[in-house]
Amino acid sequence: MHVFQTLRGRTRARLRATPRDLVFEGLSAFTALSVVGLLVLITVILYLAAAESIRTYGFGFLSGSVWDSVSQRFGAAPFIYGMLVTSALALLLGVPVSLGIAIFLSELSPPWLRIPLTFIVELLAAVPSVVYGLWGIFVLGPAMRVYIEPGVQAVLGFLPPFQGHPIGSDVFTAGVILAIMIIPTISAVSREALLAVPDSQREAALSLGATRWETTRLGVLRYARAGIFGAAILGLGRAVGETMAVTMTIGNRAAFFGSLFEPGQTIASQIASRWLDAVPPLELGALIQLGLVLMLVSLFINLFARLMVGRFLRVGEGAE
Amino acid sequence: MKFPVDRDTRRRWFDFIMSGATLLCVALALLPLGSILFEALVRGAPALTPTFLTQSSLMGGIANAIQGTVVLIGLTALVALPVGILTGIYLSEYGKNRLGGIVRLFVDVMTQTPSIVVGIFAYSFIFELSLLGFFPPPLVFSVISAVIALATIMIPIVARTSEEAMRLVPTSAREAALALGIPRYRAILRVVLPSCASALITGALLGIARVGGETAPLIMTAAWNNDFFNGLNQPIAALPTQVYRFAVSPSLAENRAAWGASLILVLLMLSISIASRAVIRMRAVRR
Repeated sequence: MHVFQTLRGRTRARLRATPRDLVFEGLSAFTALSVVGLLVLITVILYLAAAESIRTYGFGFLSGSVWDSVSQRFGAAPFIYGMLVTSALALLLGVPVSLGIAIFLSELSPPWLRIPLTFIVELLAAVPSVVYGLWGIFVLGPAMRVYIEPGVQAVLGFLPPFQGHPIGSDVFTAGVILAIMIIPTISAVSREALLAVPDSQREAALSLGATRWETTRLGVLRYARAGIFGAAILGLGRAVGETMAVTMTIGNRAAFFGSLFEPGQTIASQIASRWLDAVPPLELGALIQLGLVLMLVSLFINLFARLMVGRFLRVGEGAE
Repeated sequence: MKFPVDRDTRRRWFDFIMSGATLLCVALALLPLGSILFEALVRGAPALTPTFLTQSSLMGGIANAIQGTVVLIGLTALVALPVGILTGIYLSEYGKNRLGGIVRLFVDVMTQTPSIVVGIFAYSFIFELSLLGFFPPPLVFSVISAVIALATIMIPIVARTSEEAMRLVPTSAREAALALGIPRYRAILRVVLPSCASALITGALLGIARVGGETAPLIMTAAWNNDFFNGLNQPIAALPTQVYRFAVSPSLAENRAAWGASLILVLLMLSISIASRAVIRMRAVRR
């Protein structure tokens, strides 16, 4: 792609790197590698800082269900559970909406509306997490308690996850906030995936007499499904690590919850809400161990998502 | 099989309904954005008194938090911009090989690392070093610690955006420079970088917008400070942490102050974001 790599033979010999060239290349390569090294360093430092907790609790940490600084028993299970439930809820609510936005922006929107709308949806990502949290405490939370949660309960109240007394500062509210926060990520990446679908796909469907929706469903969505899946996984990666907005709305109770209308705690929110009050060394170490778990989970999710999105977008470009 | 309505009419109606549904999705996403901006304006604007904007939190103001955010952003940019841009240079100019691909993948993944993990990292990093005798332990809550955290968040963002920026520079520009006998490193520094300067600035602003709103890593490293900036080894106030502290406070007056502080924060972040995306928008039009 670049001239530097494509020059061969005589030309290349004449362009032989000067010593300064080598120094510059070495410097940039060293910097780039140390950025990757930073990721390794993060993992190692977290491991070292959590060493005492890891020695004490081992893998039992993952299944322990009590967090008690008095009896020095620390387990991660309620927070892993909280993280899974809130993220699942966020995906359940966020993916359809994001997909709708992506379809509207790439397939249906009049051209003059496309750019401003894309821009405005992306502004959702520019609002700091703590402002979402503030809004969650004073605007969304009360609205959830008074209108939305009783409404949901009226329809789905026969199911155990929707029973109990809606309090507004609970797992459901945290899930809704997360859904809002991952919408810009998922809609932007799936829009890219839809844009990468070659027009011949659309033309083929239209020429068979398909409506616009049928064209989108059969010609576009089907073709882009791997990219959309990758987008959802990227959204999941954001949801598991999101901290402040969740900490401020989930109610902060370090225990399992049976209903979405109960307070809970995710890994991230447990770390954030306990950090400044943690009793060293064991509780602090246990929080750092929680951080290590979160780091590995998010590393795994994001690697997977990148491979999915990367592969799809390459295929998409190749087909054009 | 018989349909109550003619089949094509049904398909047209379904098309219409689904198109409407996608438009509804857009509206659903704009609703929270509109609500956040509206509430911040309505609840925050009355809090913005001269005292609030010019005094430190000792006197019930947020001037120290605004200053803290500016200091933190400045120091972070000082560290993260050179490192990020150099990494971008490597990825775009030298990284068209296997190693480059691996670096790119991991830098990509790093942009998604939860910020709270980065906060723990900065805290633990200083803590472990202090065990080895490098720092006095109180440094875990300090500007230095916070800048380590914020720079770790900002570097991968700047690296990726500057790589993309440099990739947009046409190969012919590099060829022209080399044909004139200019060494490669000078071609990069004097031809490639200047011709994508505006896109580099976009990337820098995106990075700044991201770290300027970060809260969790600051709570874990910068802690609180009721006074103005008083040394790199001291805790420092910042707008996001101030919003958090005011928001969870039981005092109604402080809750109101939270909206005031968040109005300033949102305006700051949105204007950086709007400024930075102006360039991207121009690119999107060409597409």
